[in-house]
Amino acid sequence: MTAMQPGEQRDEVEMLSLMLLIRRFEERASQQYQAQKIGGFCHLYIGQEAVVAGAVAAVRDDDYIITAYRDHAHALARGTSANACMAELFGKETGCSRGLGGSMHFFNRQNHMYGGHAIVAAHVPLAVGLAFAIKYRDEDRVTLCFFGDGAINQGSFHEALNLAALYKLPIVFICENNLFAMGTSVKRSTSLKQIVDRAEGYDIPGEIVDGMNFREVRDKIAEIVSSIRKESHPAFVEVQTYRYRGHSMSDPASYRTKQELEKYRLDDPITRLRAQLTREGKLTHEQFDLLDKRAKETVLASVKFAEESPQPPLDKLYDYTYANGANS
Amino acid sequence: MREITYRQALNEALAEELERDPNVFLMGEEVAEYNGAYKVSQGLLERFGPRRIIDTPISENGFAGLGVGAAMVGLRPIIEFMTFSFSLVAFDQVVNNAPNMFTMSGGQFNIPITFRGPNGPAHQLGATHSHATENLYASVPGLKVCTPATPRDAKGLLKTAVRDNNPVLVLEAELLYSSKGMVEPPDEELLIPLGKAEVKREGSDVSIICYAQTVPLALKVAAQLEEEDISAEIVDLRSIKPLDEKAIFDSVAKTHRVVIVEQDHPFCGVGAEVCYRIQKSVFDELDAPIIRVSQEDVPMPYNERLERAVLPNADKLIAAVKKVCYA
Ligand SMILES: Cc1ncc(C[n+]2csc(CCOP(=O)(O)OP(=O)(O)O)c2C)c(N)n1
Ligand SMILES: [Mg+2]
Repeated sequence: MTAMQPGEQRDEVEMLSLMLLIRRFEERASQQYQAQKIGGFCHLYIGQEAVVAGAVAAVRDDDYIITAYRDHAHALARGTSANACMAELFGKETGCSRGLGGSMHFFNRQNHMYGGHAIVAAHVPLAVGLAFAIKYRDEDRVTLCFFGDGAINQGSFHEALNLAALYKLPIVFICENNLFAMGTSVKRSTSLKQIVDRAEGYDIPGEIVDGMNFREVRDKIAEIVSSIRKESHPAFVEVQTYRYRGHSMSDPASYRTKQELEKYRLDDPITRLRAQLTREGKLTHEQFDLLDKRAKETVLASVKFAEESPQPPLDKLYDYTYANGANS
Repeated sequence: MREITYRQALNEALAEELERDPNVFLMGEEVAEYNGAYKVSQGLLERFGPRRIIDTPISENGFAGLGVGAAMVGLRPIIEFMTFSFSLVAFDQVVNNAPNMFTMSGGQFNIPITFRGPNGPAHQLGATHSHATENLYASVPGLKVCTPATPRDAKGLLKTAVRDNNPVLVLEAELLYSSKGMVEPPDEELLIPLGKAEVKREGSDVSIICYAQTVPLALKVAAQLEEEDISAEIVDLRSIKPLDEKAIFDSVAKTHRVVIVEQDHPFCGVGAEVCYRIQKSVFDELDAPIIRVSQEDVPMPYNERLERAVLPNADKLIAAVKKVCYA
């Protein structure tokens, strides 16, 4: 992705292409997991593509982003190559975390993607720390902090929101509400009727956004971010979305109905953006097919790359426990 | 006796204790409607209802503290951590409130609570999800810590934990949930006391001291060593705290050589404590320095080959045994 100037908008066809890349990547990851090329826990983002795509489309490349363990898409959206992502899943040295992190711990320092965090809500205070550093250095940046609906009942979430509000930090809390935390529906986990009302308790402005609609996500977050750039403050967005697959590869998702899943599938974020662009004459069927073909090829090539990449060497086992050097 | 899985054994223990005492309840993430993330609480919601089998939001610090509070007024909570890696979110309640209350209140409030769940590295879960927590928790005065390795021990120790008047951590072995073993029939009360090790295999040349996931490893190694005419005695600690010194010393007096195999990190570890006590009390019995086999002192890497290099394994254990036997 090219560097964006203030006021400039990312090309929507490019963003559709990102969403396709995410979808195809996750489908292939699922297949490779079943073939036991990928180990541990693996959480797929299928169905939620418009959330991360819309959010990154609303900020600049040097703004900070951080998320939980459902993180492949966030790494891809931040320009991490499919090769580096697939190689990480394969545990290879060429992976975005050198094969040491795995599915739940994707990082890309260069592209300001600060992880991939697997303890629910543990990264929300980290996000506040990123935002604190922005303000401390008086920089023109914002932090986007993604987390699930399940994270909003952790103490660290609440402490983090209060800190952000108290210190007026430049951060957008983006709750990807996909209605479930593993098998627990929001109704069964949260005393509030609406998640967004959590923000009100900390005097943080909150909005609800349709997460199946790329444009709505982008525009709403862009509006918030431009307000933050004028005068630093936190904001909260509840993005209503849905994951098509189970919680992780081992979850059959028997706690929800086929009809519910079908309802959301019919409202697919990729289909929606495609239809909008087609209707407006910005995308032909042939062009779409070409984008999809490219996404599939990129992902297929990433599997080959991951297969052929070397394992992290055994003699480097102790190299990443402590960093060398000291401040002098 | 009949053969059941470790998972079923835990399930029976929970059901029997819930049945026996109306003050006992089970609380944790996905324990009720989902029947447990690892299916340990299968069927309990149906049998005991939502008053006693309670799903929580993802709020470990909150519900662990809720348990401590409920225990102050006489309930006997069983708090499930989906894994003990997540108990670290509740560290304050487990380490600061539960074990200190009895002392701080001058003996007015004991805390009869059980914290349980899978502990220790599983497969390729990476650094945040692979914690063995026994070193951390066993170092805290006021906590009791047990680490069952067989279905029988799992059932007997969990039942004892629930009846204990103090906070007890039952650190279950995630990788052994589906393993099978002989257990007394349900109509026979099975209670295994805390602080009692068990010799899982008699031997005369070397004592391998182990617990949890390292017990099946040690048994496998013992069979291999047999072929090389080395007779290994397998001492399963079962409880880390209280620690069964007598069983350890008896075995040392018999074999005069010791290897300790642990699933946690080496530094300030369970094995270091065992080692200290042996040299302090039965130094003259030793014919060789004690060797410990544990995890490498690094955060757990995701990569499979590196993970294997970090964990204790048969090769490392055999090499250690041969070294202490000068074989
Ligand atoms: C502190 C902690 N407790 C429990 C877990 C196990 N766990 C992993 S994901 C998850 C559900 C989270 O759901 P949500 O926040 O809605 O995110 P989603 O999976 O829907 O993206 C749970 C309980 C964990 N990783 N960390
Ligand atoms: Mg969710």
